[in-house]
Amino acid sequence: MGVVTQARPTVRRTRPARAARVRHRDGWWAALFLAPQVLGLLTFLVAPLGFAVALAFMRWDGLGEKTWAGFDNFAAQLSDSEFGTAVWNTVKLALLTVPVGLALALLIALALNQVRGRTFYRVVYFLPVVTSSVAVAVMWQVILAGGDYGILNTTARDWFGITLPDWLEDPGWVIVAIAVVTVWSSLGLNVVIFLAGLQTIPPSLTEAARIDGAGPIRVFRSVTLPMISPTLFFSTVVAVISSFQAFDQIYVLVNPDHNDGARTIVYQVYDLGFQSFEFGMSSAAALILLVLTLLVTLAQFGVQKRLVHYDS
Amino acid sequence: MAVISGAPGSRRLRPGRIALHAALAAGGLVMVFPFAWMLLTSFKGAHQMLNAPLDWLPRPWQAGNYPEAFGRLPFARAYWNSFYIAVLTVALTLTTSAMAAYAFARIRFRGSGLLFGLFLATQMVPPQVTVVPLYLMLSGIGWIDSHLALIVPGFVNPFAVFLLRQFIRAVPIELEEAARLDGAGRWTVFWRIVLPNIRPGLGALGIVVFLSSWNAFFFPLIFLNSPELATVPLLVSQFAGQHGAIDYGLTLAASAISIIPMMIAFLVGQRRILNSMAMSGLGGR
Repeated sequence: MGVVTQARPTVRRTRPARAARVRHRDGWWAALFLAPQVLGLLTFLVAPLGFAVALAFMRWDGLGEKTWAGFDNFAAQLSDSEFGTAVWNTVKLALLTVPVGLALALLIALALNQVRGRTFYRVVYFLPVVTSSVAVAVMWQVILAGGDYGILNTTARDWFGITLPDWLEDPGWVIVAIAVVTVWSSLGLNVVIFLAGLQTIPPSLTEAARIDGAGPIRVFRSVTLPMISPTLFFSTVVAVISSFQAFDQIYVLVNPDHNDGARTIVYQVYDLGFQSFEFGMSSAAALILLVLTLLVTLAQFGVQKRLVHYDS
Repeated sequence: MAVISGAPGSRRLRPGRIALHAALAAGGLVMVFPFAWMLLTSFKGAHQMLNAPLDWLPRPWQAGNYPEAFGRLPFARAYWNSFYIAVLTVALTLTTSAMAAYAFARIRFRGSGLLFGLFLATQMVPPQVTVVPLYLMLSGIGWIDSHLALIVPGFVNPFAVFLLRQFIRAVPIELEEAARLDGAGRWTVFWRIVLPNIRPGLGALGIVVFLSSWNAFFFPLIFLNSPELATVPLLVSQFAGQHGAIDYGLTLAASAISIIPMMIAFLVGQRRILNSMAMSGLGGR
């Protein structure tokens, strides 16, 4: 709009007054259009966030008096071995799900981009995404169950003579089981996104590279990968954040109260807040999760400058 | 898509291509197996759960778990709860986020960029960080154990604002200018010109929001108590918690019943649903 004003200097004389009036009215219109979302955001996100910060510095069980606790809640959490387990499990879950999940999705998308019948495959890979996380967890429970009940372990034993760990009971393996279920249920979403990303690459680009003598791997590294790197980056950020927030599959598949191997920060927040009613402790744990999320996301944005290619 | 699918896919079958299909089919089997196993198990009788070694097929096939699960759980009620909560959430989200998106895309006001940045930044706040204060606030106004606790906070959706802003920016500005020269006000332009022109974006977003509301578990678990208010996932999780280890067949029948409507909707509208997910995953590009 500014450009237009400069390009037609003849009408400038009448502009300023009218423009100022319009801009003044525009301010009101903007406020009106923004009001529902902004007020909602302030009420249901910003205010609770502020409240959470305040609670983190207090001792409160929801009924009695609130008393000032300073940094006690944070200190208690950070020195608590249960919380330490939860942090470690959260990090492990992210490390187990994000690289594997994205690499698998990219491989499948690359394969689908080469074959016919991709509509069929897209539907098949996407089925878990439209399935509720609760149903997913229930389905996997009867696959991963130990003893004589799980189809995976009994088949491995009866057909191949292999003894597999008791996935849902063994604290050392339960996080792997959760990671498998998480990757399985989110794979299709990333496949569909990556496939759409791949299809925005003009065929002329890859063709030109091929004519210049580039092999398939070279084409992938020098053309395909840079072209879809913004999509990959966006999906990585989302995948890390959602692995930090994973709750449903953990809650339904295993009970972390009985198996510490499945205890994550998010579960700790739930446990402290809604099972022990230690609202201050719960908020402190939640804020530590928030800080962790912010740090990791910022780090990703830092790395992206060197790795991600944007069209100018 | 048509152009691209014609090029590499139309080549004749070669060993490499057969290997690709084999790998994709094997992966597909992994995706389908849990569903198949759920169905097989749901047709087994209680006596068969205790067999070792485990039977692969029901012997005999018996469908009794389905009427029993349907009879013991208030499914009709839960379907309705989940459905109307999702519909209201979608309606509120689409209207209010399209309004906000219009302001960010088309109205110049001071602090626009900063406010938009803040909107996006709130995306990073995990819902678990605000859940305790939100619970306390909602219980203060008597909304705990009420669907309002899900619908009203549920419409706040910075991602929706971001996505629709992308779509609105792609609407030719000349359309709006022409309408405004004809004397249309901001609201008329928004309602009559902008909204009809971003219908694909609204449709895609509507599908994404509906799915996430329908399948939501964390907030219903915390905000709802009464059995008659339960959403479908909540109902199934409570049943699995009580009966899961005792009667697999019944629990899996309940789980199968719970996903049937969404499966049908997905298979009917798969093209639109998949394209919507891809579109929103790519951030409206």
